[in-house]
Amino acid sequence: MADAAAHDGHDDHKPYHGWVRWVYSTNHKDIGTLYLIFAIMAGIIGGALSVAIRMELQEPGIQIFSGLAQMVYGMNGDAAIDGGKSMYNAFATAHALIMIFFMVMPALIGGFANWMVPIMIGAPDMAFPRMNNISFWLLPPAFILLLTSMFMPSAPGAYGVGGGWTLYPPLSTSGQPGPAMDLAILSIHIAGASSILGAINFITTIFNMRAPGMTLHKMPLFAWSVLVTAFLLLLSLPVLAGAITMLLTDRNFGTAFFAPDNGGDPLLFQHLFWFFGHPEVYILILPGFGIISHVISTFSRKPVFGYLGMAYAMVAIGAVGFIVWAHHMYTTGLSLDTQRYFVFATMVIAVPTGVKIFSWIATMWGGSISFKTPMLWALGFIFLFTIGGVTGVQLANAGLDRSLHDTYFVIAHFHYVLSLGAVFAIFAGWYYWFPKMTGYMYSPVIANTHFWVTFVGVNLIFFPQHFLGLAGMPRRTIDYPDAFAGWNYVSSIGSYISAVGVAIFLYGVFEAFQKKRIAGANPWGEGATTLEWQLPSPPPFHQWEQLPKIK
Amino acid sequence: MRNFLANAKFLASAGAAATILAGTSAHADQPVEWETTFQAPATDMMRQIEWFGNYTMWFIVPITILVLLLLAYCIVKFRASANPVPSKTSHNTLIEVIWTVGPVVILLCLAIPSFQLLTAQYTPPEEAKLTVKATGNQWNWDYEYQTDSTLSFNSAILQDGDRAKAGKEDRKVYPRLLAVDNELVVPVNTMTRVLVTATDVIHSFGMPSFGIKVDAIPGRTNETWFKAEKEGIFYGQCSQLCGKDHAFMPIAIRVVSDAQFKTWLAAAKTDLPGANKTLMAEVDGQNKVAAAGN
Repeated sequence: MADAAAHDGHDDHKPYHGWVRWVYSTNHKDIGTLYLIFAIMAGIIGGALSVAIRMELQEPGIQIFSGLAQMVYGMNGDAAIDGGKSMYNAFATAHALIMIFFMVMPALIGGFANWMVPIMIGAPDMAFPRMNNISFWLLPPAFILLLTSMFMPSAPGAYGVGGGWTLYPPLSTSGQPGPAMDLAILSIHIAGASSILGAINFITTIFNMRAPGMTLHKMPLFAWSVLVTAFLLLLSLPVLAGAITMLLTDRNFGTAFFAPDNGGDPLLFQHLFWFFGHPEVYILILPGFGIISHVISTFSRKPVFGYLGMAYAMVAIGAVGFIVWAHHMYTTGLSLDTQRYFVFATMVIAVPTGVKIFSWIATMWGGSISFKTPMLWALGFIFLFTIGGVTGVQLANAGLDRSLHDTYFVIAHFHYVLSLGAVFAIFAGWYYWFPKMTGYMYSPVIANTHFWVTFVGVNLIFFPQHFLGLAGMPRRTIDYPDAFAGWNYVSSIGSYISAVGVAIFLYGVFEAFQKKRIAGANPWGEGATTLEWQLPSPPPFHQWEQLPKIK
Repeated sequence: MRNFLANAKFLASAGAAATILAGTSAHADQPVEWETTFQAPATDMMRQIEWFGNYTMWFIVPITILVLLLLAYCIVKFRASANPVPSKTSHNTLIEVIWTVGPVVILLCLAIPSFQLLTAQYTPPEEAKLTVKATGNQWNWDYEYQTDSTLSFNSAILQDGDRAKAGKEDRKVYPRLLAVDNELVVPVNTMTRVLVTATDVIHSFGMPSFGIKVDAIPGRTNETWFKAEKEGIFYGQCSQLCGKDHAFMPIAIRVVSDAQFKTWLAAAKTDLPGANKTLMAEVDGQNKVAAAGN
């Protein structure tokens, strides 16, 4: 009887109370919420690191990092200056790794996709709810390992991994013998395992748990984008895992995969890394493409223009994304024919990307557009992503990249597509689904202020960096020749404005929970056609106990 | 065609160009304040890169403006108050074909000169007359002249304390973070081959005004070439993160006349600092004459 009672309790499917609900959770919405909270916290840390970088670069000379090294590591005099230089590299490295693995990916894939994909395809939950739990709970330890690594010795007289997120050997092997790099490698291993498990879960869910009548060709574009992303994760992350395992054994067990003096090759790592790294940047942006399609369609009160073209453009971007990796390596001494091939393949990606941009505009064309906050972010996304896209076309040309590689031009390019692309998509999704997830309406005034402050701030940061790159300023330097001072100052001011934007965002979240304005099941009106808007806000703990039928 | 595009681009960024013209002295290529374009080219290759960069602008700027205008048109024309009833159009095969084929054509227009540029970078027009080996170390460069009897020396960032002794107190000519103790000296209008490698971690040998950048990788030797057309001193920096002092390993190349180079090379084999001093005095004298002539 006791068994039966426990069983009844289980069938009841009420959420557990207190911490048990979150730590033991197998519910896709609760896990999605955990992911979103995690991403916000990681984003604040990663953002703070970038503000410190910009404070340092506001003026020529070394301003703050020797002082920081003094405070944090207890160094003095020349040791503090040297420690500060290394600390700058550690900050830049940690900023990249945190923003990629612990902010954008958890927000888009773990957060929004976990929340919305099962609802959108008419499924009660993910295919493997317990695996979903472990996918999330692998992330905090991975993050703690990475943060710990910042305080561990790396090179002599230095703390923290200072090799850049690309972890190129020999700087990441013989160049930094201390344990910091080992912790970072372990952190990426665990975060990678988490993502692979998540990818398996999404692929299984999307292939097997669609509601009756929902064929793949009727599936919402966000679910399509997550499906493509999950395949990219599944195919690319094991290659990264292999590469960093080889780093680990080179460092600790005497192998020499990447050590030339024992028959290895440093370039092997770069090929393996970018075989992962290039799909990774599409992993970061593709779910954003899906979100933008929904937001544009909803607020234009029109169906997405060229639905099939949009879906297969994402498939094409994902597929071609696997065969362009060496365009990150034009200056490594690749042969002429190799470079020719990668120039050609890279340019091909511009075609499906162009299809997406024009289809979004065509979705708005003839629509009845209301400029709610999510729509502002989506419009900003389209324009800024276009800028990042066309500079990407420039960089694709190996002949031109000779002059731009490893300069601030590249920093400007990838922040236009990621910081102003992926992050704008995250905020579009946040304001779009916030009423659905919480049941409360955000304050439009605060939300719109957040948008405009961020828009001005990020453009001030990154547009001048194109000029710095053209003038020849190399990436990843703590100090620069005095001639670069002007644009660096502008860029730093932009960074502070963006930081204010983050504060406005956080206040907006707080305000919405404080005021508790009831949003209703569908605050966006008839344009919001996907299944999540047919559920109450917030949705019940378990939805679709009777599966929806798709016509 | 080339001149037309170059001129139009010049007009488009007239303000920026004026800054460059004002800021670039006749005998030095280095970044200048508020620069918005490439540094002035000192080789034909960099001129080709600059031309191609400007050429791409003729495609990407109009595309960006087109997207902006289309967005603006939608925002104004199809706002809810102006257009309360949305259309239901969600397909138009013709326009979808157009915006797939259109970009393909544009990419072809970019690809042809792009492949020509890339091919030119790997097809030196003549045999190299001088070969120099550059070896990256944490955090300085070793240069080795592969001539009949080898000359090799180390080139590191110029410390402030050494400026007076080296006669490099003019910070306009020898800027902070760019000036070095011993420059790489090469003759003007001479095909120069650079072999690039490294001893510890990966570095990158880049010289913006020459249009070259090639990674210095331990265990490998990469090759690049340049033919400097202007005399003067040119600055670049290590372009691959190489650890703590990555920001502090500049590359300086002094381009001199053939005769000056021969004299310097002969002298440098026995007395490098003396040879550098003599060369600097000679170059400074020339500059003063040139300035007086103006």
